[in-house]
Amino acid sequence: MNSILRIILQRLGLGLLTLFVVSIVIFVAVNLLPGDFAELILGQGATPETVATIRRDLGLDQPLVLRYFDWLRGMLTLDLGTSFSQLNRVSNLGGGSDTTTVVEQIAPRLSNTLFLAAVTASIAVPFSITLGVLAALYRNTAFDRSANIFTLSSISSPEFFMAYVLILFLAVLNPILPSLSNIYQGMPFWERVEKSLLPALTLTLVVTAHMMRMTRAAIINLLASPYIEMARLKGLSPMRVIVKHALPNALAPIINVIALNLAYLITGVVVVEVVFVYPGIGQLFVDSVKIRDIPVVQACCLIFAAAYILLNLTADILSILSNPRLRHPK
Amino acid sequence: MSGSMIFLLGLAGIAAMAFLFRLAGQKATGDAPKFRDMSYGEAFGYMLAATLLILAVWYYFQPKVTEAGMANAGVVFFRWAVQGFLIFAAAAWLFRLLGRNVGTAWTRKLFRQMPLTASFGILVILIYAFVAIFAGAIAPHGQEEILGAANVIAGGDPALGGDPAYPLGTDQIGRDILSRLIYGAQNTVGIAFITTILAFLLGGTFGFLAATLGGWLDQLLSRAVDVLMAIPSLIFALLLMTIATVWAPKLGIPLTWFMIVIIAVIDSTRVYRLARAVGLNIVVMDYIEAAKLRGEGLGYLVFKEILPNATAPLLAEFGLRFCFVFLTIAALSFLGVGIQPPLADWGTMVRDLAQFINFAAFSPMAAVTPLLAAGAIALLTVGVNFVVDWMLHKSSGLKE
Repeated sequence: MNSILRIILQRLGLGLLTLFVVSIVIFVAVNLLPGDFAELILGQGATPETVATIRRDLGLDQPLVLRYFDWLRGMLTLDLGTSFSQLNRVSNLGGGSDTTTVVEQIAPRLSNTLFLAAVTASIAVPFSITLGVLAALYRNTAFDRSANIFTLSSISSPEFFMAYVLILFLAVLNPILPSLSNIYQGMPFWERVEKSLLPALTLTLVVTAHMMRMTRAAIINLLASPYIEMARLKGLSPMRVIVKHALPNALAPIINVIALNLAYLITGVVVVEVVFVYPGIGQLFVDSVKIRDIPVVQACCLIFAAAYILLNLTADILSILSNPRLRHPK
Repeated sequence: MSGSMIFLLGLAGIAAMAFLFRLAGQKATGDAPKFRDMSYGEAFGYMLAATLLILAVWYYFQPKVTEAGMANAGVVFFRWAVQGFLIFAAAAWLFRLLGRNVGTAWTRKLFRQMPLTASFGILVILIYAFVAIFAGAIAPHGQEEILGAANVIAGGDPALGGDPAYPLGTDQIGRDILSRLIYGAQNTVGIAFITTILAFLLGGTFGFLAATLGGWLDQLLSRAVDVLMAIPSLIFALLLMTIATVWAPKLGIPLTWFMIVIIAVIDSTRVYRLARAVGLNIVVMDYIEAAKLRGEGLGYLVFKEILPNATAPLLAEFGLRFCFVFLTIAALSFLGVGIQPPLADWGTMVRDLAQFINFAAFSPMAAVTPLLAAGAIALLTVGVNFVVDWMLHKSSGLKE
């Protein structure tokens, strides 16, 4: 038990170190921007005095290293500063006690995205595991082949193609679901689910293929084992052999691939959110990229990277936990 | 709620039919093994497939125009989908037949063992390559040429607002969509291809170097790649493209070049991982030891000893990597930061024409163009994936 704890702590430390280096990469990348943020904020209305003021306010006259640690401290205390578009409004229109900080901008968006990911996961995981088990059960039949072709096609099409095909058939030709997900605060739960169902279905199509193929492959790998032979010779039905005897031992790779796909869900939502105008963090990120709102871009990037690293870490730890052989590396 | 009631009743009907089907089969064939050992799930599957097939055929032959005189758009799209599927399947089958009878003994053997999906993929790749190379000769108009009437509907039927001169209509500023689709093959596929080659040169070189030299270089490169891979690639590409949009006008270099380099560097990390892993397995071989003892230089080792032995996995990876790069570029263009106008590009076309999908119920032709652009992307990646899937299956021996 002690060794497991040590491995987990080790991985966590490694993850934190990676996140730290990633934050340096993001910060340096953003500071490669030519010119000055102050001029970027002020745009057309820049005079030398206002530029100097903004530079002082933002601490841009400090050296790079100091600014980095300042930014990092802000990140850790959830003080992400104020976005440039807000600053621009303040400096050009005056006033400005009613500005919203980046945290206030990001928090509701992030919760929306997590909601979408949760809805998707609760559809995609049971669906793909069932499909994978069925494909393993009826392997090399017409069902298996068509499932294979279908999933391979859906994983290799761009997300917006799947999204528009679903819009065409489920929203425009047969108005069952809304094609735009306008979600607001305090919406009733089921209405919210209904509005986010179409983006969730699109994402389901994208992630199902990987999970289903992994489930199928993991189960088929085990079917040659002696204990499966034993179960079959006892006269158990094929379904029972697979669900009761093969599936528990195939769980490690399946859990791993599910965690990896959830990581994909958090980051792959950008395009889908733009298609459905879903007010999530991906949409915010793309909008900020377009108007070069650096504080928001930086913060979103770090959140995406953190989610990605965390889920990969979880996949790693879960697969170590479920497979004793990985616990004692040679 | 009646819709879900019909659905549930239908399911119950299929369940009952499955039971009867198995029973009837057992009686009629005198307990043939096929029916005697059939599980209920299997019988249910057969009945479900049969029901879906009957429903599809029934829906296919619904009238194209409803009684109220409106276009029955669902049927129209369904017919197109089915026809497209059948045409492609037939074309792939004919292509495989052709390959089996024409060519050298080696290619004939290759085509004999090929599944239909793989020959479909090869056919698609060949068609795209042809269109991309000869785009200038095939396209009826230039990609930047503004031809007058804007938003001409596809189909070329003047009664519906079309124009026979533009079979797929014109876009929002009056450029011929057919020509832009054809040029899109050149731009989108060409740029993705260049990017993939660059990624392979970068990743492959460094990967093999790390595998051969080892030591601090290996450590340094591998840790750097670890960090780069910890940032989701689309997000990182978007971040770097933000910076590039500021630099591009200052340096006077087109943004597209920045995009090629950025995506190549991000994707080369994945190639590096594979090249290093494959290289490490080769470096420990005896013939490498022999070459080292002979006093061969680094260049000889990498190019003459390691590279030829690493071709198969790298080739499969090239196909997959091309798909990823192609999809990333399409996504970036769709989001508005990728290939820049006036170059014709499928991702941008989808974004510009997407709103017409909402009119599909009134005029199916209006929704065709954005789906064609998106479908062109999907078709190529599906084709490449089918070929890679077949190659991997073949090189891994006959598993299962």
